[in-house]
Amino acid sequence: MSLIRLVQVSRCYRMGSETIHALREVNLEIERGEYVAIMGPSGSGKAPLMNMLGSLDTPTAGRYELDGIDVSQMDDNQLAEVRNQRIGFVFQTFHLLPRSTALHNVELPLIYAGYPAETRRRMALEALAQVGLADRVQHRPNELSGGQRQRVAIARALVNRPALLLADEPTGNLDSKTGEEILALFDALWRQGHTILIVTHEEDVARHARRVVRIRDGRIAADERSRGS
Amino acid sequence: MKLATELGEALRMALQALAANKLRAGLTTLGIVIGVATVTLMGTAIEGLNRSFLQSVSKIGADVLFVDRMDWFIESREVWLRMQKRRPIDLADARALAREATFAPALAPVARASLPVRYENRRSSSVFIVGTTEQYQETAGVRVSLGRFLSAADVAGGRPVCVIGTEVATNLLRRDPPLGRRLNIGGRTFEVIGVLERQGTFLGAFSLDNQIILPLSAFVASFQSRPELQIQVKVGNVAHLEDAREELRQAMRRVRGLAPGEPDDFSINQQQQFVRLFQQVGGTIAAVGLFITGLSLFVGGIGIMNIMFVSVAERTREIGIRKAVGAKRRAILMQFLLEAAGICLMGGLLALGIAWPLTWVMQWFLPAALSLRVAALALGVAVTTGLVSGFMPAWRAARLDPVEALRAE
Repeated sequence: MSLIRLVQVSRCYRMGSETIHALREVNLEIERGEYVAIMGPSGSGKAPLMNMLGSLDTPTAGRYELDGIDVSQMDDNQLAEVRNQRIGFVFQTFHLLPRSTALHNVELPLIYAGYPAETRRRMALEALAQVGLADRVQHRPNELSGGQRQRVAIARALVNRPALLLADEPTGNLDSKTGEEILALFDALWRQGHTILIVTHEEDVARHARRVVRIRDGRIAADERSRGS
Repeated sequence: MKLATELGEALRMALQALAANKLRAGLTTLGIVIGVATVTLMGTAIEGLNRSFLQSVSKIGADVLFVDRMDWFIESREVWLRMQKRRPIDLADARALAREATFAPALAPVARASLPVRYENRRSSSVFIVGTTEQYQETAGVRVSLGRFLSAADVAGGRPVCVIGTEVATNLLRRDPPLGRRLNIGGRTFEVIGVLERQGTFLGAFSLDNQIILPLSAFVASFQSRPELQIQVKVGNVAHLEDAREELRQAMRRVRGLAPGEPDDFSINQQQQFVRLFQQVGGTIAAVGLFITGLSLFVGGIGIMNIMFVSVAERTREIGIRKAVGAKRRAILMQFLLEAAGICLMGGLLALGIAWPLTWVMQWFLPAALSLRVAALALGVAVTTGLVSGFMPAWRAARLDPVEALRAE
């Protein structure tokens, strides 16, 4: 059974009197343990695809199965639970709570999962150690460098042991050296068995993945599996 | 468990938001402070008014019926004119009723006058003079703090003795020991045999301590030969007040020689009439007062709603983040509701801090004190205002689309 299975998925937006077809009958399957990059120029539909895969959005038509469950008909609260339990997000602009410490930011998904305080703390500390920030747990985002912020975000994405790690331009706001470090972290996580999906428009970033899915005009234009995986 | 952790996070975030915007929260809460303070003061004043009234009215015994020529409260001029034509209640009526109304443990005819009183070179232009019998002590529930009350012998013999209120004692006698002093009342001399306990005022209108009680026989002999009387009848058991009232009415009809079918030519009054009138008037005052003060709270509530919309707009991205990592609608809803309730609770506490010293000032006029009940009510009202006015912004936050919210700046 695939981790991700999109069947004829379309997504339309209505803008005034115009209907925009962001995704047109997309079919896509991703297996557990894959390392996939989704590429495409801006406006190609990669952001709607990533929102769809991340259960932030539901398709207008078609079917989306994540980890064997059909999420295409779920309501707001059910989707929240799916995101909480199965998906870890890493965003381009980190999206950390600015007034909270690194520790609290990482604990956030666990809070909504309902873990007791002790367990939360232990799991969050583990995740922060895993991304190499064991000595920064009480720092707030504005006391951390860009790379460190993204590591906090990755720790937050990992902490709930999600089935899928979804990264949207994770290096877009970092200098190239720090970006490489973050990508190296993703590579390491993949080797540990995580399923990783990176949305990007940079070939350098996509090179880390073992499979590249190219989107154009809301359709999958190419699906390339690279060597040596 | 899940709800508890969500609640904990909501509370933590609400406090953090308040701490981050201290000035804004403070200014917003001002409307609530004023609203809650006025509601508190109003509530305290109404409670004080009630208490003051009940204290006053309890001086009219609940178990005492008052036979008068007219009703205490007359609704129309026509009724007044009709009652005005009734024959006054005289001494013979009182004596006859005393014989008829054997069920009553105490019965006292009362004649009243306002007369100048002199002691040595000091004078008081109008003192309330009560001519009655020894049973007045039972019917009026007065107590003597010094000396003794009128005796049956004083009344039977028409002795020139009197019992005085504390105000008479301090105004006229000053520091002289009162017992045995001779007062000139309306030109006649009376010896002081007792001083009443302090009673205070009746409805704040007149002092019950500025009175002199003397034997009815002496009153008749000295001041008015045919005084108009009130007959006070103590029935002893409030539970049977209505039965006693009917029995008294029949007795009085016999005394007045009324034929069956003829209307009563007297009135039987009681404390209950005061209470009923007060409840009407007081209830209206309370309702109007609370409505007006409630308006200021409403204005405060609008302020809260406004600032909560701002707070939600400012933190759209934070809401997006929370939803992305799995916050359900109720978690977001709770967070903003708690923030609104927190602002208002703070306002409520501040308002109590302001209202409390003001109720001390109020105590000069009313037996008012900031009761725990009113304080709890004020805080309850404050929090409710927060929850109600915070609901719409919080609901809007809870329903935000995570994709849209994450895109916000």
